[in-house]
Amino acid sequence: MDFDYQYFIELFASGLTKGSIYALIALGYTMVYGIVGLINFAHGEIYMIGAFVFFLASSLLTVLGLPLWAMICIATAASIFWAGGYGYTVEKIAYKPLRSAPRLSPLISAIGMSVFLQNYVMLGQTEKYLGFPEVIPEFDFLEPFATTFSSSDFVIWMTTVIVMLILTWIIKFTRTGKAMRATAQDRTMAELVGINVNRIISATFIIGSALAAVGGILISSHTGSIHYYIGFIAGIKAFTAAVLGGIGSIPGAVLGGLVLGMAESFATGYFSSAYEDVFAFSLLVLILIFRPAGLLGHAETEKV
Amino acid sequence: MSEPILQVQNLTMDFGGIRALNKLDITVHSGEIAALIGPNGAGKTTFFNCVTGIYKPTAGDIFLTPGKGEKPVSIKGLKPNIVTSKGLSRTFQNIRLFPKMTVLENVMIGRHCRTKTFILGAIFRTPRARREEREILLHSYRLLEKVGLAEFANDFAENLSYGAQRRLEIARALATEPHLLLLDEPAAGMNPQETEDLNDLIREIAGEGLAVLLIEHDMKLVMSLSQRIFVVDYGSRIAEGTPEEIRNNPAVIKAYLGE
Amino acid sequence: MITAKDIRRILLVSGWFMILTFPILGMRVDPLSDNIIWRLKNVMWVGIGTAVLQSLPHLWLLYLSIQAWGIRLWHHFRGTSPHKIVKKKAHRDSLINRVITNPRQRAIVCAVVLLLTIIYPQVVNEYQINIMIMALLYIMLGLGLNIVVGMAGLLDLGFVAFYAVGAYTYALLNLHYGINFWMALPLGGLFAAIFGLLLGFPILRLRGDYLAIVTLGFGEIIRVVLENWTELTNGVAGIVNIPGPTFLGLGLTPSQKILYLYYLMVLFVVLTIFVVNRLQDSRLGRAWLALREDEIACQAMGIDKRRTKLAAFSLGAFWAGIAGVVFAAQNRSVYPVSFSFLESAMILSIVVLGGMGSIVGVIFGALILILLPEYLRELSQYRMLFFGAILVLMMIFRPQGLISVVRRKYDIDSIKAEKKEGGA
Repeated sequence: MDFDYQYFIELFASGLTKGSIYALIALGYTMVYGIVGLINFAHGEIYMIGAFVFFLASSLLTVLGLPLWAMICIATAASIFWAGGYGYTVEKIAYKPLRSAPRLSPLISAIGMSVFLQNYVMLGQTEKYLGFPEVIPEFDFLEPFATTFSSSDFVIWMTTVIVMLILTWIIKFTRTGKAMRATAQDRTMAELVGINVNRIISATFIIGSALAAVGGILISSHTGSIHYYIGFIAGIKAFTAAVLGGIGSIPGAVLGGLVLGMAESFATGYFSSAYEDVFAFSLLVLILIFRPAGLLGHAETEKV
Repeated sequence: MSEPILQVQNLTMDFGGIRALNKLDITVHSGEIAALIGPNGAGKTTFFNCVTGIYKPTAGDIFLTPGKGEKPVSIKGLKPNIVTSKGLSRTFQNIRLFPKMTVLENVMIGRHCRTKTFILGAIFRTPRARREEREILLHSYRLLEKVGLAEFANDFAENLSYGAQRRLEIARALATEPHLLLLDEPAAGMNPQETEDLNDLIREIAGEGLAVLLIEHDMKLVMSLSQRIFVVDYGSRIAEGTPEEIRNNPAVIKAYLGE
Repeated sequence: MITAKDIRRILLVSGWFMILTFPILGMRVDPLSDNIIWRLKNVMWVGIGTAVLQSLPHLWLLYLSIQAWGIRLWHHFRGTSPHKIVKKKAHRDSLINRVITNPRQRAIVCAVVLLLTIIYPQVVNEYQINIMIMALLYIMLGLGLNIVVGMAGLLDLGFVAFYAVGAYTYALLNLHYGINFWMALPLGGLFAAIFGLLLGFPILRLRGDYLAIVTLGFGEIIRVVLENWTELTNGVAGIVNIPGPTFLGLGLTPSQKILYLYYLMVLFVVLTIFVVNRLQDSRLGRAWLALREDEIACQAMGIDKRRTKLAAFSLGAFWAGIAGVVFAAQNRSVYPVSFSFLESAMILSIVVLGGMGSIVGVIFGALILILLPEYLRELSQYRMLFFGAILVLMMIFRPQGLISVVRRKYDIDSIKAEKKEGGA
């Protein structure tokens, strides 16, 4: 049997798309983990809420008769605003009071938040799948590649690259970014040198949530539907990506996302699509057993 | 001199690129009180962590004699609980009790490695399990009396005073029936009276044939207790000898006071 | 008292929540016409609700100051000093904990509760009995998870996987080999425990939060496999026509069967309580607690971390497996959808609400969380919302749960007496 290059490239492209989305969500996990040492379980729900807000806003704007480009811009802004708002509020309610509590407490609280937000959206909206508008137009210059990947794949890749660059710039060169890195290394010390740690933590949650919202919009437009449960699975997978890359490391989150996306795409393409989630979770278990620090992370030794 | 109980040879420990311990040789003999001193960051606690199996040393050998007349066995790289069951126990510099368990239960935990009851024994309360439980209880209570904490037996460990917590750690370590006891800064944070009591307690323990190796910054206590002192600086041993010899050793004075 | 600053803050927070909930609660897209349905009333209620919640502490303060003022007035007219009655109460354990620690009172309470449980099905209808069977099942699950989370401090988010293993063990063995309930019971527990060991072996050295996420992943894997391995499990269609428990080969009428299952459940729960109670005060139970408190100190004191964790993990799984068999027998059918993550979250809520590590707490937790939504039917759609909120609120306001754990107090005098005997 000949090797089917076309099929291989298609799988590669779809893996890249999946991986980009995982990377966008994983960045939020990794940033929050780096700074407060918490697995923000509700992060996947923020992604889902971002997608819902975009859906509602774009529906409203379409009814009002705005042109497509204006609708996309405004709806995206709304989605980012509300996702950031939810991220900020979740931190204030569920995590901030527990900063000095035993390690399990904020984790349980985060799980509670995740369950709460899922059901909040289910009750507030619907438990059915909703059709999501296709917001990305077909680009003419991508016509020659139409059999391999669509313009929405292309936009997702580009967005991920751009967002990555912006984030790297924020963290490397801005004052907030420096303060974030300082807080991640030693919160007490950062506080002592006059950094408003609460503000930095809030900023981290808001940035992470905004990235999740972008991911939510892109993937929902790509798959064409939304549902209150999408955040849960995507959240766990993105967490897997973050751990795979080395939690706390930003390039790690992107690398982890891409590796996971590829692995899933090829596994479903060559074996079976029913077990897609099983591949991801098995991968997570294997990494944690053999390389708990991930691909780009470094192991910590507990001080005794 | 009596037989050696702990022989550490060439012990080296690297953290990333930093060498915390550099070819350390330390031998403790049975029944003696020895001390390990050195400036902050010299690697004393790292040494304890390597010996008790919490860290895996990069190189070197560690031998422990698990009882009178027995042959020394290598304990390098063994898990902490195995090391403890071979007769080496310790306390921690920054007290690590089980805060939400009672004082008595804390000591009872120390009896774990000398007892056997597991799932079925616990559920059916077999005669052997009952006997063991009684033994654990009596032994632990006796140790509490020894360190003077019997009246607090049913209080939570977190409610004890600082000095009492340090004594409780010693009782818990003793409950594992060690031949060698490692004490990591037992007098830190104690007032003069408590330190005095601690001095008596350590003497009493050593009088029962236990070897003691302590890390301590209180020089008065170190000089009065120990028969032999090891001085480490930057992970290397810079001196060994009796308190008198150490006091007059120029290398030690240099390490402590600088040039 | 409420100052202008407080009011501004209350309004600000309420406004923020109204903005926040505006799209999700205030808008909806009509799927047929793509038009927007406005539901701004919801948003208004959120605003009012948030404002009321925030004013509660202020109202409480107001109430206290009025009360103090009243007391002063009262004493003024009677000519007595108001300061005498302000006596500081000595710290005491809660009533429940005092009863638990007193053997005689405990025996009385246990007897009364047991009696009530036995009489219960005689005075209520079948529907109520079925609900109570459900609650008893969750007590069992809660007590099983309590070993893992409450005692050993291992956050297991995939507990439902072991429950599924138990249920499917019975369903499949019955389908293919005609094995009856009583044979399946130990087998279900055993299989679940073996799964627990298999999973636990590689992952128990992971740190707490990683452990949580891997167990969650494991739970999802089991569910996905159950859904997709159609040849074995019949996929989402599930397995039906599972027989209920048999009683000495007698043919029972349906209502007798329910009664029988109820008493069986009571028996199981009593047995579970007995076992967990014994474990709690044993060498192993203490090791679990110590492990939860401080892993490094625990190992340094000679406790084999892996063995102790595995014991907790597989014992918890064993109980979930048994509960799974009972679940299959009660429902007469099993479907993969019964074993979703939300089920794990619910069992966790039971343990967290009741008080991690406390047996009585878990019983209360299960009764509250299972019975309440059943009897408040109109609220039952808010059930999961409520569970999520409980996890958050309990962690913030009462992390020790409704009933905090008491450690056993040993009778010092008897130890002394025994010591003298031993010494003589």
